[in-house]
Amino acid sequence: METHLFQLQYAMDTFYFLVCGALVMWMAAGFAMLEAGLVRAKNTVEILTKNVGLFSVACTMYLICGYQIMYGGGFFLNGIMEVDTAAILGDFATREDGFEGSSIYSGASDFFFQVVFVATAMSIVSGAVAERMKLWAFLAFAVVMTSFIYPMEGSWTWGGNDVFGLYNLGDLGFSDFAGSGIVHLAGATAALAAVLLLGPRHGKYGPNGQVNAIPGANLPLATLGTFILWMGWFGFNGGSVLKLGDIASAHSVALAFLNTNAAAAGGALAALITSRLIFGKADLTMLLNGALAGLVVITAEAVSPTPLQATIFGALGGVLVVFSILTLDRLKIDDPVGAISVHGSCGILGLLLVPVTNADASLLGQIVGALTIFAWVFAVSLIVWSILKAVMGIRVSKEDEYEGVDRVECGIDAYPEFSRD
Amino acid sequence: MKLVIAIIKPFKLDDVREALSEIGVQGVTVTEVKGFGRQKGHTELYRGAEYVVDFLPKVKIEVAIADEMLDQVVEAISKAANTGKIGDGKIFVLNLEQAIRIRTGETGTDAI
Repeated sequence: METHLFQLQYAMDTFYFLVCGALVMWMAAGFAMLEAGLVRAKNTVEILTKNVGLFSVACTMYLICGYQIMYGGGFFLNGIMEVDTAAILGDFATREDGFEGSSIYSGASDFFFQVVFVATAMSIVSGAVAERMKLWAFLAFAVVMTSFIYPMEGSWTWGGNDVFGLYNLGDLGFSDFAGSGIVHLAGATAALAAVLLLGPRHGKYGPNGQVNAIPGANLPLATLGTFILWMGWFGFNGGSVLKLGDIASAHSVALAFLNTNAAAAGGALAALITSRLIFGKADLTMLLNGALAGLVVITAEAVSPTPLQATIFGALGGVLVVFSILTLDRLKIDDPVGAISVHGSCGILGLLLVPVTNADASLLGQIVGALTIFAWVFAVSLIVWSILKAVMGIRVSKEDEYEGVDRVECGIDAYPEFSRD
Repeated sequence: MKLVIAIIKPFKLDDVREALSEIGVQGVTVTEVKGFGRQKGHTELYRGAEYVVDFLPKVKIEVAIADEMLDQVVEAISKAANTGKIGDGKIFVLNLEQAIRIRTGETGTDAI
């Protein structure tokens, strides 16, 4: 009888990972739609190609070696096919804390849940470099990011390994529940390295510190993308509880969903009000970024805050993201969709807020963790982007940028019957 | 024959079309255009960056008519497209040298 309960718990926790993984996979559609809506029509097909391409690259490279580097899961997922029922039931029987102990589930479901996080991190880069980066240079970087850069910092955080044998982030009190730092800050950092080497879009910045608007082509798509990301995030944070099958875990999962939603709402409202106060009108694109900012902030710690705290943390992200976007423009760092602000600035904020509600985390640990992730990702990304720039060039020519990367890199128009130029 | 070109506010298109139908004008060509006259633009903000909205959406109507109809047509368009506010548009009258109906080959006033 007890073994049957264990079988059910295994099935439930495995199923839970799979469903949450599918929700996070759905976030890829969210990113694609959000970015497609915020770039100009002439650059839409290229960004869609990048999004589907990077997702596929992530899934493949993480399978080949990324998962091994991060968790020792086997090159090419060696060994993942086996399921030894008797041994697994043995693990259940001897598990510390018994039925309420750590979840035991299919290794295949663990990989599935992990790989979609890699894709999310990589996806953050595509928005920041939009409208002027060469497609194949981007995909080449994606290969390195998903096979090496992300798995290395992942191994020092969720993987529990020492950072080059020097120190251990877990021991220092670093805590990042679902990846504000490990996923979002990492993606934003790679994006920042790219954007610094890439340069701004032509015509974005004028001679006297003037910032020119380059409006997105399809705000309904951008909005749809944001809601898709919002929904997918329930899997991102909910799944990171890592267990469903007992009372305490199920309750934690419910709190994760609740707080994730509350933070998004708080971020959205805060950004809405902030843009109304600064610009005199509501700016939909800021509202969308605000919701995402809230989501990124709560990702570092989704279970321990009260719903009100979650809302407030999200709201802090919503205010920060608006100012971050304006500041980056003033620094002439061109980020068409606000990716660096949403995922970088707010990723850091999320990490720093963790000790407020989680006594097991220390501010020192959070800072060291954030700096470790940033330094590693930035340094290696800068090297890789520099190599790509030297070898194949990372930016399209000025004429090609003017004509639009859809025609030049993809040969396909996104809106052939509605062309404007 | 005359070719009457009218630039009007987009939401006035239906009114102008009906007015032209009422006086017996049978064919109209419409294009979406942008423009400004003395109606100046204004600035808006997108993610904190200013952009100038000076080209405003308008609709261009072209009708080919017989000379006798000119005064009626100009009056019909003027009345239907008028709002009294800045940006109502303009009407231009050109001489039309020739017109041909493609299907039948008719020319001149038989074609319009």
